[in-house]
Amino acid sequence: MSLSSADYSAIWLTLKLASLTTVILLIVGTPIALWLARTGSWLRGPVGAIVALPLVLPPTVIGFYLLLALGPHGLIGQLSQSLGLGTLTFSFAGLVIGSVLYSMPFVVQPLQNAFSAIGTRPLEVAATLRANPWDTFFSVTLPLARPGVITATILGFAHTVGEFGVVLMIGGNIPEKTRVVSVQIYDHVEAMEYAQAHWLAGAMLVFSFAVLLALYSSRKTKAGWS
Amino acid sequence: MIEMRLKLRYPGFALDVDLQLPGRGVTALYGQSGSGKTTCLRCVAGLERAEHGFIQVNDEIWQDSENKVFVAPHKRALGYVFQEASLFPHLSVLANLEFGLKRIPKPQRRVDMAHATELLGISHLLDRHPQHLSGGERQRVGIARALLTSPKLLLMDEPLAALDAQRKREILPYLQRLHDELEIPVLYVSHSQDEVARLADHIVLLSNGKALASGPIGQTLARLDLPLAMGDDAGVVIEGHVSAYDADYQLLSLQLPDTALNIRVPHTPLDAGQALRCKVQARDVSLSLHGAGQSSILNRLPVTVVSEMNADNAAHVLIRLDAAGTPLLARITRYSRDQLNVHPGQQLWAQIKAVAVLA
Amino acid sequence: MIIRASRFASACLASLVAVFAFGSAQADEVQVAVAANFTAPIQAIAADFEKDTGHKLVTSFGATGQFYTQIKNGAPFEVLLSADDSTPQKLEAEGETIKGSRFTYAVGTLALWSAKEGYVDAKGDVLKKNEYQHLSIANPKAAPYGLAATQVLAKEGLSDKVKDKIVEGQNITQAYQFVSTGNAELGFVALSQIYKDGKITSGSAWIVPASLHDPIKQDAVILNKGMDNPAAKALVDYLKGPKAAAVIKSYGYEI
Repeated sequence: MSLSSADYSAIWLTLKLASLTTVILLIVGTPIALWLARTGSWLRGPVGAIVALPLVLPPTVIGFYLLLALGPHGLIGQLSQSLGLGTLTFSFAGLVIGSVLYSMPFVVQPLQNAFSAIGTRPLEVAATLRANPWDTFFSVTLPLARPGVITATILGFAHTVGEFGVVLMIGGNIPEKTRVVSVQIYDHVEAMEYAQAHWLAGAMLVFSFAVLLALYSSRKTKAGWS
Repeated sequence: MIEMRLKLRYPGFALDVDLQLPGRGVTALYGQSGSGKTTCLRCVAGLERAEHGFIQVNDEIWQDSENKVFVAPHKRALGYVFQEASLFPHLSVLANLEFGLKRIPKPQRRVDMAHATELLGISHLLDRHPQHLSGGERQRVGIARALLTSPKLLLMDEPLAALDAQRKREILPYLQRLHDELEIPVLYVSHSQDEVARLADHIVLLSNGKALASGPIGQTLARLDLPLAMGDDAGVVIEGHVSAYDADYQLLSLQLPDTALNIRVPHTPLDAGQALRCKVQARDVSLSLHGAGQSSILNRLPVTVVSEMNADNAAHVLIRLDAAGTPLLARITRYSRDQLNVHPGQQLWAQIKAVAVLA
Repeated sequence: MIIRASRFASACLASLVAVFAFGSAQADEVQVAVAANFTAPIQAIAADFEKDTGHKLVTSFGATGQFYTQIKNGAPFEVLLSADDSTPQKLEAEGETIKGSRFTYAVGTLALWSAKEGYVDAKGDVLKKNEYQHLSIANPKAAPYGLAATQVLAKEGLSDKVKDKIVEGQNITQAYQFVSTGNAELGFVALSQIYKDGKITSGSAWIVPASLHDPIKQDAVILNKGMDNPAAKALVDYLKGPKAAAVIKSYGYEI
């Protein structure tokens, strides 16, 4: 095995980043997805478009604006400084913020589709059976949206693992803090350490394939509404 | 008593009703599609919110828009049966049934699982999932599920509309049993006169968002001033009691309410005294000046002519009759009317060719 | 009559083609890979080059290490303006270049720079004081200016002290970006990025004495793909000439 300890710590860092980002996105993205699925307000279009922006913006663009926003003159930077946290560029926390923004549509959209596919009837039924809105969410909406939740989790995770452009812009390539696998591979190539690059890239390829295989094989056919 | 005053406006539709309905028995909300009957029901349930609304069910106020009162649907003690059962696909039949039951505190439970499953005949289906049930079975589970919330009011939104004729026939007896065995008042939305005739004690006729009539079933169906009388199956519903049975000719004698008048109908034997509901269509009633005379028509009743109205076509007229307190409708040709000189107050004989026993 | 007309037409067509094919002998293009730190100077030189020779430069900017990989894998570059001397040497040893075309076109100067006025003193003492949170350098594995920065830190005995504060940009441009957006209070950049006509263009800087690091010799070389392109040879000659030298010096390089 030709993976150095630096490679392993890059892998570990990447998994930590992807897991934390996915959990945050599931928590933050669920209310957003619910709102987008159910609201009749005119804000639906604009908010949906904003959520979808990372799909079309090059990661370097997102990364660049994040660099400005996290810096001492930017919105987030000023907030974090006033909270005594300094600036978040070059930190794991900064990467988490970047990843959350970058992977948001990959989590919100499958959730939104799942919630919208449920429709309003099951919710009305639950209400007539004495379930209040929270109860309805956990006992009816979530179980019925399960395939969508699984998709959102896997996509969010896998997308963050593959993130490069954003990390490059705001990471600063610090070992064990911001040197994720994608950057590590890039470094190996730059330094002409091709064997290392091959090993690490190969590992990522196998991992991504396994994830997607799991996703596509486990999709149940949608339970019919009867 | 159930009181509802609702004013609601959608693009292209407006609902405006003011109704006082009995607090027990089955009340039918009857009308064509678009008449507002489902909207009424959903407002009572709280699934829709009338801009100006007052809803009181027996002693509970569920909406009072003037005092800014609106009780959320999940806080209303009602059961709702939707048109297409709408069982939760991720739960088994048993879990579906328990869904509402679990959310009622024990002291408030008056309908138990054994009772509900026996009443609807679904005890053998508990382990199945909704996808593996027939339409009729699903609907029965849906009804049992609603009952298990021990509701103070049961709302049913055209529960038989999505079923074929066979399934309807299957479920009607269960609904009739519900009617007979439970004390829970029911609001029943339907566009089927047959269902309404079988099940309702009180009927509200809705058209274009307004209530044209609200009254007991017998009286209201016989009213000539309503579109009810226009249709091809215009007729009356009679609640009688079994008075005798002729085993030889297999004829059942039904006594009309508050009178000694009887009508006879071919039927299987039933115990004397049993209440029985039957329908007599206007087109099956003919008039004669004399009561005696040989005829194969089984039933001849002395009646008084009450009023007359034009039928839905130019050749016929509708005559409202009174048979010692029981209303009857007869559809005859104008020609016959002129021949017999039919006029209010006249004493005639009504010949009833067919009586349909409603279970 | 008809035959003559068609012959006349073909002759016209032929001369039109000739004009397009050979007329461009007056205006060739040359694909140049340029080290990121030389971005500003080459843009200034390109304008003069085109005026004086009629040839056009098609430039790509980036990290030298990246260019190496791309060239090895068939990238269409004809001339390489590297940030170091070892990469052109390597390419030459591997037979990817025209022998004898390699020469040093500039010697780089390192600068310690901050976007804030008055933050960096003229002697660079702020580096030793170690009161900053982030010190930006280019990735030493891939960029010679980054390597030089680490050499300076070692010479000053600061390597261990500032180890945790170092943030790496993938190339000298990114190292500059970290400092210019204020995310790093200061960083080691190429002097050419912050210098013009004898002055620091913004912020504050310490021009690092060349004695503190190995010289950053920046070599240029004609690659195999540029063998038959007269514009490639013309560029290399121009870079050695006085006009280019003036531009290069104005950006803080030595020749």
